[in-house]
This record gives sequence, structure tokens and C-alpha cells, in this order.
Amino acid sequence: MTGDFLIQLLAQGTQMFMVLLIAPLTVGVVRRVKAILMRRQGAPLLQGYRDLSKLLHKESVIADSASWLFRSAPSLIFALTWVAAALVPSFASGLMFNWAADVVALVALLGAARALLALAGMDVGTSFGGIGSSREMMIATLAEPAMMLIVLTLAIAAGTTRLPGVADFFIGQPIAVRVSLALSLIALIIVALAENARIPVDNPTTHLELTMVHEAMILEYSGRHLALIEAASYLKLVLYLSLLICLFAPFGMAPATASFGGWAIGLVAWVAKLLGGAALLGVWEVSIAKMRVFRLPDYLGVAFVFGFLAILLAFLSRGVGQ
Amino acid sequence: MYLQGAALGALVVAAALAAGLRGTVLAIVYPVAAVAAVVMGVVDLGVLLQGGQLAARLPIGLPTIGGFHLRLDPLSAFFGVVINGGVLAASLYGMGLDRAKDLTPRVEPLFPLFAAAMNLVLLADDAYAFLLSWELMSLASWALVVARHTSVENRRAGHLYLVMAAIGTTALIFAFGGLAGPAGGYAFDTIRAHAPAPMVAVLVLTAALIGCGSKGGLVPLHAWLPLAHPAAPSHVSALMSGVMTKVAIYGFVRITFDLLGPAAWWWALPPIVLGAITAVLGLLYAVFDRDLKRVLAYSTVENVGLIFVALGLALAFRANNQNAAAAVAMAAALLHVLNHSWFKSLLFLGAGAVLHATGRRDLDGLGGLIHRMPRTAVFFLIGALAISALPPLNGFVSEWLLFQSVLAAPAMPQITLNFASPAIGAMLALAAALAAACFVRVYGIAFLGRPRSAEAAHAHEVSLPQQIAMGGLALLCILGGLFGSVIVLGLAPVLTTLVGSGLPNAGTGPTPFSLIAFDAARSIYDAPIIALFVAIASLTTLVVVHRLSERRTRRGPAWDCGFPDPSAATQYTASSFAQPLRRVYGAVAFSARETVVMPPPGDTRPARFSVTLVDFVWTTLYVMPGRAVLRLSERLNALQFLSIRRYLVLMFAALVILLSIATVMT
Repeated sequence: MTGDFLIQLLAQGTQMFMVLLIAPLTVGVVRRVKAILMRRQGAPLLQGYRDLSKLLHKESVIADSASWLFRSAPSLIFALTWVAAALVPSFASGLMFNWAADVVALVALLGAARALLALAGMDVGTSFGGIGSSREMMIATLAEPAMMLIVLTLAIAAGTTRLPGVADFFIGQPIAVRVSLALSLIALIIVALAENARIPVDNPTTHLELTMVHEAMILEYSGRHLALIEAASYLKLVLYLSLLICLFAPFGMAPATASFGGWAIGLVAWVAKLLGGAALLGVWEVSIAKMRVFRLPDYLGVAFVFGFLAILLAFLSRGVGQ
Repeated sequence: MYLQGAALGALVVAAALAAGLRGTVLAIVYPVAAVAAVVMGVVDLGVLLQGGQLAARLPIGLPTIGGFHLRLDPLSAFFGVVINGGVLAASLYGMGLDRAKDLTPRVEPLFPLFAAAMNLVLLADDAYAFLLSWELMSLASWALVVARHTSVENRRAGHLYLVMAAIGTTALIFAFGGLAGPAGGYAFDTIRAHAPAPMVAVLVLTAALIGCGSKGGLVPLHAWLPLAHPAAPSHVSALMSGVMTKVAIYGFVRITFDLLGPAAWWWALPPIVLGAITAVLGLLYAVFDRDLKRVLAYSTVENVGLIFVALGLALAFRANNQNAAAAVAMAAALLHVLNHSWFKSLLFLGAGAVLHATGRRDLDGLGGLIHRMPRTAVFFLIGALAISALPPLNGFVSEWLLFQSVLAAPAMPQITLNFASPAIGAMLALAAALAAACFVRVYGIAFLGRPRSAEAAHAHEVSLPQQIAMGGLALLCILGGLFGSVIVLGLAPVLTTLVGSGLPNAGTGPTPFSLIAFDAARSIYDAPIIALFVAIASLTTLVVVHRLSERRTRRGPAWDCGFPDPSAATQYTASSFAQPLRRVYGAVAFSARETVVMPPPGDTRPARFSVTLVDFVWTTLYVMPGRAVLRLSERLNALQFLSIRRYLVLMFAALVILLSIATVMT
């Protein structure tokens, strides 16, 4: 019992540590791929780590009008995102505390982080903070209904909203071509791009552009506070990539009953898939332009429609009224 | 029962006494109300936890049914806990009012009366007692709404409220008439024994939906609520919004789940559809409004919608004999009733504190209150995050249960409900996201940023009892979020009486505080574990960052991309925050239009930007019938100025018509 407990704790600890460790690398891969495709020199792969370290070693400048909320928000946002990232099954499905939150709770945890960030954006009382916060919350109102439909499709298919349960279901199930799951996948990718403030919703590399959302909210942050917020956004990217991997490409993931050998394979597979996903994101970002803010309802509307179609197809495939 | 009676008596006596009092002694009603609320709340809690019931009969009321029946069963005991919690918080807040300035004989005597009437509705065990106490509750709250009758706005709110309350009570009279049947068995026991005919049952359901929906603020009967709730003094607003709407929910639950007998599945559709529309529309109203208290009232409309969706789902599951799922939906509804009473009371008390400190309710005149009112700001923040359904606070627990019951809806055999489930799920998710947007906006504009007016810049913290009232509710929001599973366990007797089952696997999770909707393999939410994780993660972060990083912190002017402007007018306002949402949703829901009037070059007048929103519910369902009634009464007005001969002719004609109808009928 105790030995088992320790091993479980070790696995959970490994995941918490791993998501943190790999997050800057994932962002580095995205940037590197973009640089190569644009035939730029680009930053080295490990630039993310250097950025964080640089920010941590600079002094923090805080606006005169900022309150305690502005100072304490970054560590809370980071902690919430980190916990959420640790709850998504990455290399193994049966981790110690994966059960503590299902998809609904996971989305809500990220929602809490977002609300805090939006509040922090408004704390100093500048127009940029306000513009970022109001747009961020608007995007959330568009993304969350679509997310709910995806969750509903998964719940109909796998009979559970617990991520390990869904992952186990898909590991055990031969990957049949299922139209409804394919549609949910597209919907989830669209939502994930919006949630991570990636192109075409937001451009993570711009400042001083009127369409910016995420960057506008965090404009007043500097030093260690900014480092934490940047790290949280890296983590969020890892989280959504892991979620996509866990739900739609769980092969290689260690099932709940696995031990060290299975975990090692799972770990290698997860890192490979994660970095592969990051590379695909880089390719996607150079091949599409950023959208105007008020075209976003159309963009996220596509996710909503796909999510809805996925559910209808799930009903039909199961036989209506069963 | 004796204790309940004594406490109710104390409230009435306090009201009667206070009616004769003037000046600072009026303050006595608040301690009396607080003690009475504690006594009644403890009795309610006892009945809820131990099961069983208390009953009494008074020798007043309708003689044909043997007097005035009173009964306290687990359902009314649960709502009693909700109500008396709210009354206690409002009374505590009332104790902190400024005795020299804030007390008036128009408010204080009515406060205990209002509290007593709400408790009496829960105790009523026959239709007569129910309607009598319901009307008492309506009238007491109406009088509180028009307490500041000097303002035109409040008088208008009071007028509309009175009309809507009359419509609601009339509908309830029909509902109870249908339930009692031609024999006139108005005691609830008699009603329970005889299930009404299907057609009558549908009429009863409709009437109950109108009667209770109008009191609770179900769209399209919500129009009075955002006018009346803010018009009352803030602690009364807290009672009306946080607690009285729950009495309306109680009425609906009592009639449909207890008195009406077995349901058909399609009865669930009106509450579900109306509830979902109410939830989304209520928030859209809230997110475009600029008055702090009105935003809170609109958000009450939203929450009542959520509760009705949950109740409708429970009704559908129960009709399909899926008792476990019905229990999940019902638990979501009841838990949300409790949670909403806490955070909405907290937010209204917070709004009252802001109003007291600054004298303003308009969001665009506030700002930066987090610096001037640090404690109120913390409490309000907890309330705002809780109502936005964010973990680990209490709003999320009921929201999670509600989502779980929506996720179970595809398992019902009816195609309509199957296909409705994604739509409902999406609307609830939209409502949750809009709630977060709405309360980020309220908090961000009112409490954060820089003060937008001199009043806001010189705000001060409120008195200690008021802080205690808000702090207690904020603590409840946190505890309810962490230990929601324990509360759900406590609800088991109510769930069993209403839907025939409690949560099937409650209390069997990996930890004692795991909330399990159906079974552990399907979904678990363990708030303490998550909170612990977040706490550990933030502490680790703090320690590591503290160790690793540069600790120096400098204060300086805001950066703002290099162009900081010291004027507070350059900040985002409530309207500008709502602009993206207005572009996306306002055009559809309220046909929002933005007009920019630009003076020609050389003209020094400022450019003007204005926004128009059209409230379709108001214009079609209230203004148009109102005009029709007015036109009709102008026509009929001529009847008042006839000669006596003509009146005699009219009377004779009426007599002839009635006699001929009577002959035809027989």
C-alpha cells in the first residue's frame, strides 16, 4: 500500500514537473518552426528558458495605481494553470489525482485563471488593460459553448467526463474512423487556438497592435510577475496539446495498470507527440493571417457548428432515443 | 414548531412595536430579527437533518378545511435554512446602519414583517394559508420598494411590481383551484391524495409557472425585478433578490413535485426552455447595464433561470423513472438555491456598502474602491468569483452538478429531450461565460482601476457589523465550495421525498469530500483536493520565485505603451467593456445600434457617440398591452358620465342577457 502510494505520488510528481519543464521547449519549437518556414534566423530552441530566466532576474516595476490584486494575480494564475496542466493525463492515464477533476472542472479552473488575468488587466486603470480584458472575456463567451458541446460528445461516446476514463476508452477502442469524433477534433482545435491566444485569434508576437488581446492585458507586468504569466501561458499551450493528444491520439499512453516500463514508453510517446503538435502549430501559424476581432464570432461559430454536428452524428450512430 | 411560532411571533411583535416607534429606537428590529432568524434556522436545520416533520393547526383560516394548517417538512426546512441565513445576514448588516441617518419608519417596521411572511409561506400547509402569507410577503416587500417614494423611478418600480405581483397571485389562485378540484379540498394533504385530471394538471403547471415565475423573475415575467429590487434599501434588496426569489422556487417545487402527482415528460419542456432563455437573456441585460444594483438584479434573473432548467430536468428524469439522474438535477437546483442566496446577498450587501460609501450606483462613477474599501473589496471579489461559477467556490459546485445532469440527458428515451440537451448545454455554458464576463466587468470597473469621481476617490470602509455580515457570507461561499459534497449529503431527505432517491453514490469517493454525481467512474469533482493542489502550487511558486528571482520592486507611473494619461477618463468604462459583447450579442438580442455624430470640419462641438438597445420583451409584452388597456379604459370612461335613464337601460339589458344565458345553460 505505502509502496504503491509512493509510486503513484512519484508519477503524479513527475507529471507536474514534466509539464513545467517541457513548456518553454514546446513554445521554442513553435517559434523555431515558424522561423525556419519564414526563412528567418530565429531564436534558438531554448529561448523560452532564457526569457523566463531573464525576466526573473529583472526588477519588477509596478504602477502606482496597482493594488494587491495586481501583485498576487500572477502566482495564482500560474498555480491554477499548473494544477490544470497536471490534471490532464499526459504519459499515463491513471495518475494519482487525475480523478479529482473532470473536463468540466478543468475548463472551469482555466476559467478562474482567465478571470483573474482579466481582473489584473483592469487593475492599473489603463485603456490597454481594459481593451484586452473585455476582448478576452468576449472570446471566452464564444469558446465555452463550443467546448461544452465537445465535452457532451465525449460523454456520449465514452460514457464519462473524466479524462483518464475517456483516454482509457480510446486506448482500448480500435481507432475507428468516426465522423463525430473527427468533427469534435476540429472543434477542439479551433477552441484551443482561441484559448491560447494563437493566430488567427490573437498574435502572441505583437505589441502595440490594436487587435491584440492577451498581450494588452499583461502590458503593465514586468520582471518576476511577467515571468509567471508567461510561464502560465506556456503551460496552457502544453495543457491544450496534451488534451488533444489524450483525447484523440492516446496511443502509447500508459494505461492505469501500467508500471515503470509502460510509463517510460508513455513519456517518450507524449514528448514526441507534444513537440510534433507544436511543430504543426508553427506550420499553421505561418500559413494563415490574423483575423479582425469582430470576425471571431464567425471563426468560433465554426467550432460551435462542428460541435453540434458531432453530437447529432453521435446520436444518429447510437440510434436516436436509445 | 413552538420555537418557530415564538420566533415568528417575535418578528410580528417587533414589526408592530416598531410601527409605533420613531427615531433611533427603530434599530431594535434588527437584533430581534437576527435572533428570530437564528432560532428558526436552527429548528429548520434540525428538521432537515433529522427528518420527520412538525405540524400545527391554528383555529383561524378557512373553516371548511379545519383551520390554518402549518407544517415543516424537510423541503420547507431546507428553504427555511436558505431564508433565515439571508435574513440573519441582512439583519447583521442592518445593525451596522447609521442610527442617526439611515433609519426610517417606512423601512424598519416592515423588515421583520417581510422576514416573517417569507417563513410563513414555507410553513403553510393549505392553499389559503399559502396564498395569504404569499400576499403578505408581496405587500411587505412592495412597501419596502416604495419606501423612498419621493423618487419617480421608485414609484414606477413599485407600481409595476404591484401589477406583476397581482398577476402572479391570480395565477396561483387558479393553480390551487385546479389542484383542489370542485370539492374544494384546499388542505395540502387532501390535494396530495387526489391527483388532478391530466388537462387540469397542465393548467395547474402553467399557472404555477406564471405565478412563481413572475415572483422569481422568469423571462418574460422578469421586467419588474431589475426595477424593484434595486429600489429598496440595500439590505432589503439582498433579501428580495437573494431570498424572496427562492420562496418563488419553493412554491414551484411544492406545487409541481409534491402536490401535482406524477408528471408527463413533456411538462419539463416549458421550465427548461424558459429557464435556458432566462439564463442567457438575464445576463445579456446585466452585461449591458450600467447600474451596479440593477446588474445584480438581472443576474438574479439569470440564476433563477438556471434553477428552473435544473428543476425541469429533474421533472423529465423523474417522469422517465431515472431517479438517480433526477436526484442529480434536483440536487443541482437546491444547491444553487442555497449558493445563490449566499453570494447574491453578499453582492447586494457589497453594493449597499459601495452606495453608502460613495452615494453612487452607476458603475461609470466608481473605480479604485479596492484601495479605499479594502475589506469590502475582498468580500465582493469572493462573491463575484463565486457567482461566476469559478472553482473552488460554491457557485461552481451547483453548476457542475447542473452540467452533469445535462450530460445525462441524452440517456432519456425522448428524442426531443435528446436533441434539446446539446442546446441546453451550450446555453448554460454561454451563461456561465457571460456571468464571468459580467462580474469581471462589475468588479473591474467598480473596484479596480482609478476613481472616476470625487465620491469614489473619497470613499470609506463601512461599519464593523456590515463587514461581519459580508465576511460571514464570503466565508460561506468558500466553505460551500470546498465542502459542497457534505451539503449535498444533507439534502438527501429532501431529494428522497421529491424524486424518490438521493445521489446514488454520494460519500463513496476516494476522499470524504469527493462530489460524485452518478458513479466514481463517470465523474468526480473534489474541491478540497484541487484547492490543496492550487495552494501547494502557489506556495511552491512563491517560495521558488522568492529564492530565484530579483526581489526588488519599484513603484512607478503606469506604462500604458508609453502614453500614460493621468486623466481617469481614459480608462475603460462599463460601456466600453461591454462593447465587444454588444457587437457580438447585442445586435441579435436587443438590435443594438451605435451612432456616431461627427460635426463638420471647423465646427468645435464635440463628436457624439450613442448606443440604442431595444428591449423586445418590454416593448411587446408590457408596453403594448399597457397601451391597449389604456385605450380601452378611455373608451369605457364615457360610461361614467351617463344619465340615470341610460344606466337603468344598461342594467336592464345586462339582466336580460344574464337571464337568457342562464336559460340556455340550463
